[in-house]
Order: sequence, then C-alpha cells, then structure tokens
Amino acid sequence: MDQKELFALEQQCIQECAPPCTAACPIHVDVRAMLAETARGDFSAALKIYQKSVPFPHILSRVCDQPCQNVCRRGEIEESIAIRALERATVNHGELPEEKKRPMPKRSGYVAVVGGGISGLTVAYDLARKGYKITIYEAGPELGGGLWKADRDYLPAEVIREDVEVIYELGVEVDLNTLIDQIHLAELRSGFDAIYIAVGPHATENFELERDQYGIIKVDPVTFATSMDGVFAGGGLLWGIEMHSSVTSISEGRRAGISIDRYLQKVSVTASRVNEGPHASCLYTDISEVGPRSLIVMGDPDFGYEWHEAIQEAKRCIQCECMECVKACEYLREFGRYPRRYVREIYNNLSIVKGTRYANTFINSCSLCGLCAEICPENLDMGAVNLKARQAMVTQNRMPASAHDFGLRDMQFSNSDKFLMARNAPGTTASDYVLFPGCQLSASSPEHVERVYGDLQQQLPDSRVGLMLGCCGAPANWAGRPDQFESILAAWRTHLQAMGNPKLVLPCSSCYQVFQKHLPDVEIVSLWDFFDEHGLPADVTVTNRTVSIHDPCSTRYEGHMQDSIRHILGRLGYQIEELPRSRERTTCCSYGGMMWLANPNLAEKVVQKRIQEGEADYVTYCAMCRDNFVGRGKRTWHILDLIYNQGIDEQATRRGPNYSQRHENRARLKHHLLTEIWGETMDGSQPYESIQLNIAEEVQARLEQRLILVEDIQRVIEYAERTRRKLLNRQTGHYLAYYRPNTVTYWVEYLPDGDAFTIFNAYSHRMEVPGSGSQ
Amino acid sequence: MSEQEQIWMCDNCNIPLQPDKVDVAYMGNAFPVELLKCPNCGLVFIPEDLALGKMVDVEKQLEDK
Repeated sequence: MDQKELFALEQQCIQECAPPCTAACPIHVDVRAMLAETARGDFSAALKIYQKSVPFPHILSRVCDQPCQNVCRRGEIEESIAIRALERATVNHGELPEEKKRPMPKRSGYVAVVGGGISGLTVAYDLARKGYKITIYEAGPELGGGLWKADRDYLPAEVIREDVEVIYELGVEVDLNTLIDQIHLAELRSGFDAIYIAVGPHATENFELERDQYGIIKVDPVTFATSMDGVFAGGGLLWGIEMHSSVTSISEGRRAGISIDRYLQKVSVTASRVNEGPHASCLYTDISEVGPRSLIVMGDPDFGYEWHEAIQEAKRCIQCECMECVKACEYLREFGRYPRRYVREIYNNLSIVKGTRYANTFINSCSLCGLCAEICPENLDMGAVNLKARQAMVTQNRMPASAHDFGLRDMQFSNSDKFLMARNAPGTTASDYVLFPGCQLSASSPEHVERVYGDLQQQLPDSRVGLMLGCCGAPANWAGRPDQFESILAAWRTHLQAMGNPKLVLPCSSCYQVFQKHLPDVEIVSLWDFFDEHGLPADVTVTNRTVSIHDPCSTRYEGHMQDSIRHILGRLGYQIEELPRSRERTTCCSYGGMMWLANPNLAEKVVQKRIQEGEADYVTYCAMCRDNFVGRGKRTWHILDLIYNQGIDEQATRRGPNYSQRHENRARLKHHLLTEIWGETMDGSQPYESIQLNIAEEVQARLEQRLILVEDIQRVIEYAERTRRKLLNRQTGHYLAYYRPNTVTYWVEYLPDGDAFTIFNAYSHRMEVPGSGSQ
Repeated sequence: MSEQEQIWMCDNCNIPLQPDKVDVAYMGNAFPVELLKCPNCGLVFIPEDLALGKMVDVEKQLEDK
C-alpha cells in the first residue's frame, strides 16, 4: 500500500466527515461535541468548544441565524435541536478558566481594518492574536457596526460592549468616529501592509476597486481578495443587507484573515483552501432507529434555557456518526475503532522496519466476508484491504507463522495423495460433468458426497459424470499466499483439461467463489442450482416445519444460489423465517478468512452472535457453517441433511468431526470411492499411520483445542520408539517424547499398552529446541 | 537435586536430566534458556506450563517484531 492508496482508502471512510450542523455552520462550530458536553452537564467544557470557533460568543449566541438547524437530522423526525438556544445556555451557565497571560507572538505587518462591525472585528481579533499590528477605523462612536441596529431586547448594549472589549485587550488600535470612505484607497494602502474593508451594506464608500454591475465590490469567493493587491473585503457590504447573517460575516472575516496572514507571510493565498465556508456534509447517519424526543420548552424565554432544561435539550442530539460497518461486524467492533483509523494502522504496520507490528492480529482476524463493503455507503471493503495487507506481510516475510499454519497444512493434506484425486466415470475417458465436493463437506459428511455422486449419474443418464477430490485453494488465498494459490489453481486447470473441460458441479460456495473469480474459463454450476433445475434426487417426505436460512458469506452476491435453496426448502415443505441479516447482508460463521485460527476468541463471539439471531432451527448449505453452529449448540442442518435424511433430529445436533477425524474422513472417502467405484487400491501409507492410539475423551478435547492431530501424535511416537529418544517420568512411569514433523514441536506423554499406545497428554510450541529431530 | 531433576530421566541413556543452558530459536532469533537436559545425549525437557505460557508469549512478541 503506498501513501496514495492509503489516502484514497481514508477518504472512502466517511466516519470523520463533519456532521451536517458543523458542515452548514460558516465557522464550523463543533455542535455535536458541544452538545455531548452539555448533555453531560459540563457547560464549561461546552463553552470551551464553542469559543474555539466563535470570537464573540455572547453576541453570536443571541443573533446567529443558525443555518445548522435546517440540516439537523433530528429535524427529519420532529423539531430540530434548538442549537442557538443551547449555545446561549452554554454561555450563560459555563465558565472559562482565567486565561493565562501568554506573551503575545509578534509578527511584522500592519493591517488596517476599515469598519468595526462583526466582520472587521473578527479580522482584528484573529490577526491581533497572531501578533500583527492592527488599526480599526470605525465611522460610528462605538465598535459593533450593524450590531447596533439589532433589537436591543435581543442584543442588549452591554452584551455588545462586553464581547468587543477583547479587541482592546488584544492591543488593537481603534479610531472611532473616523469616516474614511472617501479617501483614496491607494493612499491608505501605502500606510499599511494589508487592508480589510468591511464597511457594511450601506456605506457611501467610493474606493477605486472593481465592482459588479450592481456596484458591489468584486472579491475572490475563496480568498476575499479585491482587485487591488493586499486589499481584501467582506461582510455585509458584499450582501447589501443589514444584519444579513452575523455568522456569515464572522466567517468571511475569518477567511479574509487567513488570506491576509498568508499574504503577509508571503505564502500562497490560494493553496488547499477547501470547505472553509459552509458546505454539504459527507457523513452518513442511519436515523431509522432513533426514537422521538420532543423539543424542550424554555421556562423563561427571556433568559433562555435553565441548566437542567439545556441538559435535556442537548440529550435530543442524535450525535450523528456513520459506524454502519462497525455496528454490523463483530470484528470491526472488536478492535474499537473504524476503517479510517484501521487503514492507517494497517499502513503503519506494513511500513514498520524496526519495532512492534501492532496490527498483525487485526489484519489476520478478518473473515474477508465482504459485509462491510456491502453496508458501507462508500463500499469500502476492509476484507480487500486486509487481504492485500496479508499478501504484503507474506512478501515481506513478516507473516506470523502461527496465524494460518494449521489451515495451510490442512489444505496440503487435502491436496496430497491422501485425498486428492480426479477420475472420469469408470469406463470413460472424459467427462461432461465433474462433481467437486471440496474439502469440508467431504470431511464433515462424506456419506453425502458419495450419495450426491451417485445421484448426479442417475440424473444425467446421457452424460459422463466424473469426480474430483481436493481443496480448491481458498485457504492459501485467505492466508495471502498467491503463489501457493496459483499453483493449486494451475493443478485444477490441468486436471480439468485432461478430463475434457467438463462442467464442475459445486456444493461448496467457497469453491464456487474461487472457481468463478480465479478460473473464469471453467464452466461451473452450484449443486443447489442443479437440484433446483433438475429436481431433487431423492423421494422427499414433505414436512411442515419452520426454519431460518443462514446464507454462507461466500454466497453474498450469488442470489441465484440463495433462491435455489429457498425453492428446495419450499419443495421439502419448510416454512422460512428469514434472519434479519440474510442474502447480501449475511454474516460469516467465523470460518472465512481463517479468523477462527488467527483469533479464536473473536471467532467465538462471531458464532455466538450469529446463532442468537434466530429462534428457529437453522438450515445452511456450507459444511463449515453447519459444524460451527452445531458445535455451539444451535440446531442446524446442512441442506443435504434435509434432502437425504428428511431432517431427522439427530442430524441437527450431530457435532461435526474433530480436526483429526476430518483428515480421516477425507482419506476414507477417497479410499472407499476408489475401491467401490473404480476398483483401485490406495498405496503409500506411512509407517506412523499404523500406530494405534487410545485417547480418553477428555484428552481428545484438549488436543482439539490445542490443534494437535492424531497424526502428529503418531509421528512423535513413531520417532521416539524408533530412535529411543524419550524421557521417563519416574513418578508416573510415563514416557514423554518430542518431535518436530513440521513447523511445530509436539510433546506427547504416553505409555505402550499392548500393540497400542495410551496418550495422557500432548502440547506444542513453535520454538525450536535441540533434539526435536526436525528435518 | 530439585524435585524435577529427580523425576526426569533420559530413557535411552538411563541418567537423570540436569539443568543446563539450552539454545532456543524462533524466527531467526536464538537465546539461551535454562532447561533440564540429558548430559549425555542432549535431549531436553520443556514442561507444559512453559510451552503454553512463556514460550507462547515470546513467540508472539517475536512474530510481531
């Protein structure tokens, strides 16, 4: 990921976009944060936020025309938040700590401000605080300009005087009763380094500046520069209306102040000046779940909200934010932030040369299921980002071995002679169709695979139906290993070519996804679509039960498959109670992306959340989803359990095989098919495979949790017994041996028992120690 | 001799294990750890709590470095 990609991804996440109120505010008051503090009752903190953007808080909190209110999302439900009234409450009830007298910065530059209205005062305020020398020329007897024309009940004189006092405190020179609108501007310009003209809408000025057809001074809409170098203009004079909008006048003064500062610093006045004034908000907020909460009415409208009223009114603020993906995804929630931050962390993680890579676990925990992209208003796909990050980590040789090792070895097993096979139907030399059941259905329900193969042959009497066993390679893809993935795909391509480029029939939607995306030349059909089109293979007993469908995450954009499953269930007589998240918004069972390996605790939460989303029994069409749910006690059928076993209860509660049994089931399936259908025998079994083990159930459960397979234990014992390298525990009389057949060192505590071995315990680690017999 | 030393024997050499410095390696990093070891053939003993505790922590730290 380079910086440009990072920036583009960051832009795609809109969580940090200003909410509508702040975006519409010409000076971008952080209304949301201010109201959050008010709702907590901390008026001083709220005032601090308000004053950060507002130079004259007492004045503006009384006269602001509050463009924020028109866009307040609460207003789509009922009355908008009374934002100005809450700002006034903030000013009334909040206190600012005595500001420490800091030595003023000094900058060389002398600026004239012509007109002491709120726009001119803002320029004077901002630039004086930056250390410039300022003189204000005001035609009237007091600072304030147009503010003096406001209703005195609304804006009492003492409020104006109190707020503008800060101008004097900042050391600004003020020339009152000084009308200079008839002098030559060029003459004034020669005495100053820059000038801001804010003489209001009705001034009789006659400055020699370019004007529009109505006689209004022309300014650049972004910089407020006039046609004369170093002269800027803003406020009511541009609008021709008295008191048209104080907050707009402040905004224009502020923006002109930025221009003058840059002009005096001799840097670009125009560079990167985006969204300085009011703009549209890019923030998305789902308000469909926001309940009603009526406007709080003031007890005393003259005073404004009492503090307790203000707290209640502030609580009406929705606190707009997006967080759509985080709300939907347990994984994105788990790490406490949101994609804009996450992509930055991933970028940093990939850029680290020396130091700790804090985001490794984050990157490897994603199921790559694509739900975030589906939900995100900007379709940001964290799965795609994480997959690329994994590939980069592998390339950098920085991928933690522990993350995917076990899954990759499982894949290697499936693509070894133990399981891999490709055969045309007996007596044929090519195939029209080939059933490819994938690794997990074969591991979980090998009997279904044999049955499906037989049924396909029956349903396609005029076609030649072959069979191919193996793992499609998805784990290599998930682990960020494109080389390994490519070589597996190449093998499939070769096998299929040799079989005459048949059409692949796929029960597994992950395989479907792999072939569809990565081997687009191969013709594929989902087994469910096939059944929907050709009819169900078995005589079905129609039932009348209600079930919920868990669509595997790999079917997210395979509506045809989802439809077929619903048709099949309909034919079997099932009523369907759809889960709140189904079809393109379905969630992952935690198997995807190898989340279950990289982050077992998170995977547990993900499964638990999913199985609690529906009361009815689940039906799914992925073997791993089924086994994950049943493993946590959720009654779940694979669709084939319903087709072939009429959905008997035992099928819904039958736990999936453990990791060792998965290997065994695959190997047995191949062996059985080869023997029964092709009349072949398998050869080449390893010496360790004949070692018989006695493992108590409780020990077996521990091995499962520790990802230790029966074959790992067999290897240790074979090695120890052959080389006599083992330890003896004199207390228990048990042997303890260790051996490293792959990247893990396994320790096994055992005793011979006749021809077999009793296993008491086993554990493992990845570190290498001497004597582990590693090859 | 500690309790552990009395318990563990090298079966092949038929002698008790003794504490010794053993080099443990991971991801290109090697460091010495005191473990029980057969003084004759060098077979070592790593207790379960070490393998599942400290060793996992160190593995994780090295993986994230």
